[in-house]
Amino acid sequence: MSGSHWIVAPIVLPLLAGAMALLLERRSPRAAAAVSIIATLALLGIATRLVAVAADGAVGAYLLGNWRAPFGIALALDRLSALMLLLTALIAVASVMYACGSGARGRHDERGPHFHALFQFQLMGLNGAFLTADLFNLFVFFEVLLIASYGLLLHGAGVVRLRASIHYVVFNLTGSALFLIAVSTLYGLTGTLSMADLAQRIPSIPAESAGLLQAAALLLIVVFGVKAAIFPLYFWLTDTYGAATAPVAALFVMMTKVGVYCIARVTTLMFGAEAGPASFVIEPWLSWLALATLALAAFGALAAWHLRRLVAYLVLASAGMLLLAVGLGTAGTIAAGLFYLVHSTVFAAALFLLVDSMVASRGDADDEMVPAPLASAGGYGTLYFLLAVAVAGLPPFGGFIGKSMLLAASRSEPLAVGVWTVVLLSSLGIVVALARAGSTVFWKAAPANAMQTAAAPASAPERGALALLVGAACAAVVAAGPIASYAEATAQQLLDRKGYIAAVLGAETAPPAWNPRADMKKVK
Amino acid sequence: MMEALLALFIGAMAGAGVFLLLRARTFDVVLGMTLLSYAVNVFIFVTGRVAINKPAIIDGVRAASLTQYADPLPQALVLTAIVISFAMTALLLVIALRARAEAASDHVDGEEPAAVDAAEKAS
Repeated sequence: MSGSHWIVAPIVLPLLAGAMALLLERRSPRAAAAVSIIATLALLGIATRLVAVAADGAVGAYLLGNWRAPFGIALALDRLSALMLLLTALIAVASVMYACGSGARGRHDERGPHFHALFQFQLMGLNGAFLTADLFNLFVFFEVLLIASYGLLLHGAGVVRLRASIHYVVFNLTGSALFLIAVSTLYGLTGTLSMADLAQRIPSIPAESAGLLQAAALLLIVVFGVKAAIFPLYFWLTDTYGAATAPVAALFVMMTKVGVYCIARVTTLMFGAEAGPASFVIEPWLSWLALATLALAAFGALAAWHLRRLVAYLVLASAGMLLLAVGLGTAGTIAAGLFYLVHSTVFAAALFLLVDSMVASRGDADDEMVPAPLASAGGYGTLYFLLAVAVAGLPPFGGFIGKSMLLAASRSEPLAVGVWTVVLLSSLGIVVALARAGSTVFWKAAPANAMQTAAAPASAPERGALALLVGAACAAVVAAGPIASYAEATAQQLLDRKGYIAAVLGAETAPPAWNPRADMKKVK
Repeated sequence: MMEALLALFIGAMAGAGVFLLLRARTFDVVLGMTLLSYAVNVFIFVTGRVAINKPAIIDGVRAASLTQYADPLPQALVLTAIVISFAMTALLLVIALRARAEAASDHVDGEEPAAVDAAEKAS
């Protein structure tokens, strides 16, 4: 794997595609859209290949600029990164397809400038964050994805979006400031920023610096908690996701997963069992906060009066479940969490698209939970029913299997009673919330008149995007066995940090492909 | 001595930044963000340790040993951080101005709080 450039492709491809989209969009917006779609599809192909490569269990390292690991920046591909890349690419394909469909107010991507360029840069940031093995580089990719997300959130303009984005931008900028403090404290203590090298050096930090180290570790978790939307840092989430346009909101579902991914990565790699003064400094907090997040997400879903907000609370609930899995921190719970992650991400993204597609015929009622005329209520109702069952964690869909895996794996934990109570009760709350929303919107819907029906023709790309996500969710149920075993292998690999450290620090530099001096000598 | 002064300076700036961040007007928030990022930038710089008369790049005059030179990495990091925080401040200003224009209010929530309105009407 060392000689292969595939690992860097998920970062380079969106960068090039974004730049091309910027250049093309003034001459021909359609060409920019085409570039974006092709690049996203190619990304899906590359991500699939990377999953196949990572599935054999070896950690692939890629040395940027051919500098050896602790000195240069390395990228690392293990099972977890590959899985996240594939999920991102899948959601991205659905989002970009949906964006090219014509919504009620024209094509989604033409409601504001630069949609495709920002979309690709956001993908670059996401993929980079999943691949990098360097803490400061992670900060840079966070900024890339945040800058793009500020632009995407404002896409479509309007006062509501502006208001939401002031909160979102200020909150995330403060998060970035804290990130820098944490990273530089760690650098001051250890003299390195490579995550593998940090993992190696943290255990030998002298006892008098233990306080500083723990402070840096907890600060890092605060920063990732902002992204993952953990209690009490989630208040931005519902406003932001509720205000964003549908394709953007669907892609943003992946953004909370970046936070979860980073927490999983640093807790297992840097602050795990062998981390000396910083070992398990986060876990005791994380489980409790995750339980609180889960409980509050269920209350929020019950209280939500708008469908988009309801879905935003479902995203929050899924973040709570995942953080709980990471917080409990055994191989079983992490595997359950990863299994749940695959399914819940797809369902939530599909629900955002579904809500947007069906509210087009509801006129001023928009996504409010009031009886209103609804075109093709039967079709939308069936889809909503399927997705609601799936996202609430009822059988036969993957959410159910993920939740039961987590419950089974947490049986011997000291927190087991709390976990079982909160997970089961919050699931009940979410079922009630979804059932209430569905019965109001679909059963009490008046048949739409001809004008309203004409206002809401779901275009082929929109249908395609929804079909892709629902199809992926169904395929994931059929393939539950392989996905579960992949998740278990991922959890094992995550907890075995030596493999990651050895792969990154031991990566050999590539021999020069072309040595100009030697060639010149030959010519002489 | 120098370390203590720098620490005090960073602390004061971060404190003022946080205070301004928590205020309700977007202009105050932008200023607070700026102060906070200044504090962070200086903080990153100091993690390379404070030293006088030590360049970060080998100049050929001094002996090529680690004691003669400052750690160049935090200086590179702080450059990145400065560029990013500067760009972010510009973006935040644009969004704040746009929100001020569209919502006719510079309150961070995009509308004047009800209590203030009522008090103004009463007076």
